[in-house]
Amino acid sequence: MNMLYGLLTPTEGEIRLDGEVVSFDGPGDALAAGIGMVHQHFMLVPVFTVAENVMLGHEPTRGPVLNRAKAREQVRELSERYNLKVDPDALVETLPVGVQQRVEIVKALASHAKILILDEPTAVLTPQEIDELMAIMRELKAQGTSIIFITHKLREVKAVADRISVIRRGKVVGTAEPTASETELAELMVGRAVSLTVAKDAPTVGEPVLRGTGISVVDPRGHLVVKDVSFEARAGEVLGIAGVQGNGQTELIKSLLGLLRPAAGTITLDGQDISRYGPRQSLEAGIGFIPEDRSHDGYVGPFSVRENLVLDLYRSDEFSRGPALKLGAIADNAEARIQEFDIRTESAETPVASLSGGNQQKVVVAREFSRPLKVLIASQPTRGVDVGSIEFIHKRIIAERDHGTAIIVVSTELEEIYALSDRIAVMYDGRIVATVPPDTPRQELGLLMAGAVPDSMEAAQ
Amino acid sequence: MTQVLDVSAVEEPDVRDRADVVRQVKTIVVLALVLVAEVWFKLSIDDPTVSQLLKGPRTLENQPVEFDGTLVSWTAVALTAIALVLAVLDRYPRGGLGVGLGVVLGLSFYAAFLMWAYADPTGAFAPSITNPLPGTISIATALVFGALAGVLCERAGVVNIAIEGQFIAGAFFGSVFSSIAVASIAALPLFWCPVFGLLGGILAGVGMAAMLGLFALRYHVDQVVVGVVLVAFGYGITSFLLGQIPADRKDDLNQPHLLEAVSIPGLSDIPYIGQPLFAQSLLVYAAYVSVPLVWWLLFKTKWGLRVRAVGEHPKAADTVGINVNRIRWQAVLLGGVFAGLGGASFTLSTGAFDKEMTAGLGFISLAAVIMGRWHPVWAAFAALGFGLLRDLKNQLGLLGDKVPGDLVAALPYIACIIAVAGFVGRVRAPAADGQPYIKSD
Repeated sequence: MNMLYGLLTPTEGEIRLDGEVVSFDGPGDALAAGIGMVHQHFMLVPVFTVAENVMLGHEPTRGPVLNRAKAREQVRELSERYNLKVDPDALVETLPVGVQQRVEIVKALASHAKILILDEPTAVLTPQEIDELMAIMRELKAQGTSIIFITHKLREVKAVADRISVIRRGKVVGTAEPTASETELAELMVGRAVSLTVAKDAPTVGEPVLRGTGISVVDPRGHLVVKDVSFEARAGEVLGIAGVQGNGQTELIKSLLGLLRPAAGTITLDGQDISRYGPRQSLEAGIGFIPEDRSHDGYVGPFSVRENLVLDLYRSDEFSRGPALKLGAIADNAEARIQEFDIRTESAETPVASLSGGNQQKVVVAREFSRPLKVLIASQPTRGVDVGSIEFIHKRIIAERDHGTAIIVVSTELEEIYALSDRIAVMYDGRIVATVPPDTPRQELGLLMAGAVPDSMEAAQ
Repeated sequence: MTQVLDVSAVEEPDVRDRADVVRQVKTIVVLALVLVAEVWFKLSIDDPTVSQLLKGPRTLENQPVEFDGTLVSWTAVALTAIALVLAVLDRYPRGGLGVGLGVVLGLSFYAAFLMWAYADPTGAFAPSITNPLPGTISIATALVFGALAGVLCERAGVVNIAIEGQFIAGAFFGSVFSSIAVASIAALPLFWCPVFGLLGGILAGVGMAAMLGLFALRYHVDQVVVGVVLVAFGYGITSFLLGQIPADRKDDLNQPHLLEAVSIPGLSDIPYIGQPLFAQSLLVYAAYVSVPLVWWLLFKTKWGLRVRAVGEHPKAADTVGINVNRIRWQAVLLGGVFAGLGGASFTLSTGAFDKEMTAGLGFISLAAVIMGRWHPVWAAFAALGFGLLRDLKNQLGLLGDKVPGDLVAALPYIACIIAVAGFVGRVRAPAADGQPYIKSD
């Protein structure tokens, strides 16, 4: 997609637009040809207003001076025509992600895009916002815009696409009609039959292991992002934390691990206060951690698979003696883990950065599972991971649960929450707004994630 | 099992931001130190009589005026005490009002310090307090140009540590061009010779900027490292070239004709401030005009919007078809023009070039950029404040060793550390400052 948009140049092949071969030297050329793109990571300048972001690159001017009034007018006109509510004078960094995405779409439309590429646009949205986005897509389609919609969520393609192409390892492996079943699509994506649900027995719930009481966290920018959160994670049970990205989950997890010190509240592990522990102490106390952004917090990219598998274990007697590493033991460990977790790598010497997303994640999972755990905190454990690896990682998490470990799974994807959780806590605006059983309907969970209370639950308040 | 929180019934937990507490403590500590110093100044004065010569240099008509400094000292103490009480009660104002109060406190501290420094006169020819404006303006001219260069570069995402190097090169070539113009272009009136020197300064500043651009933008070398190297290079090459001027050619090559003052009718007649502000050289007026000009460029024009975009989120700019590195080059080179003018002011308003004559003022410009939060107008005011401190240091030389002038000279750096430590509110640099833009990632 970056090629279609001119960010990358193809080494082979050609791109045809309306039957004519085109070549783009940069996004400017693609824009001029009527191709707009909404990137997975928004391309908005946070300290600019909506109007400034929309006009950037084709600014209306009066002489050398910016014509802000005209830019505002254009934003207003487009948001009315396509029913995309945005305030032209709002500062982008203050807007919720769903609105930022609308700004991206307005931006693409402002440059007269006839073809709109949407790259994983739903990852950051609430179920309601996803519905709104789909309505917008249908509206755009009706007004003559072509849309290329990239997603790994089968439900969404089926809901909105007219034609489906499946890409696996850089190749188009098939096309399908939206009437195809999810299982058929998943098979095309993975290349073999996969089960989309994890088989699991009812949990054998034990004692509370990790307990948080009244936790509040202030982030480094000074915002109160976790507000008076209390919860308990019990042995042999998966506590799912659902919520749209940016509602305090990240910071809550960081505080549990000692990466951010809570401004208030206590955290206990088996009754012992660990609120003031640093990350090393927390890990040694028996907390396992799968971070949400593996390339940032999960592994050291240029290090080999072998080294990454002992990143938090190298200090133990098993892998070191005084200042010296036991290289033999580390190598043996790597071979065993690669076998056990089916990590597809050329060798144990390969840098982790060059593995596929799924295998990188397996390295992280394998490392965290290779020491005795009391609690496993898995944050977005399958983000950017292929369907086959998702299946594998989910099975391992359930196996760990059955082993008696308390599990906390944080995910913005409802599929994952439903697949794993025995109890679901919903976070909204820094609070746990509800704790519900796993058979709660999707619609109600969606409402809770958006800060509303479904009618059926009013009584529970 | 279902539990639902009634969000409408819960209150925000009362958690005070740790950063707020830290800031309050910092404010209290700084104000307490200032208060102690001011009280000490007052108490160590035996004879509070001071004399002032604010109207201008001493002449038969303009004799020093003696007055009692007690009131000034106590006023400063009182203002600081009020601010300290506000800080302790966590009522110290934020935003513009806070900055304004800070400026008032700074000036009152400055006054209290002067009362102490010039008190206890030793006979009829004891030094008098003179008008700080002439000295401040002459130093601040260079600082303002340097700060504008810094703001332009950093707003575009290029860290410019090399302002000091641009200064020294601008000073040297400013002197050489002005001298050559005097010596070889007989037809040129003397008044315009230093303008030729300004051209030399600009060329030198832009040349240094081009080297910064080449290494930082084209070869993605760490910008701080390039900057430091360019400063060393600037010092080295100018010292070398100065050494190459034969003794008998010094008058032709390093004896610039200075910029002449041009009085603005009316404005220059204002008592106390008219002469130092409005009977100045073209370069000083250029500085006055440049500050709003850079503000206008950055915040009102299409080019400025693009500069700020590439400094904040270069990839976003790229995806709408803006050539990131071209905009950065333009900003760096335009910054070079200003830095070169700032450099030229060293020689064209004082005289022949001397080795290392810029004496670290380029780094103070950088401090002004940060103090001014990357905003041209605030940075210019910060430069003015730092100019005042430099002038104070020079004045104190006349008082002998009562006051350690070198300590005063270190104050801008201390002020800058305090600023970066978050004392003047959160200081946020452009998000992509210092990061090379490489397309593929």
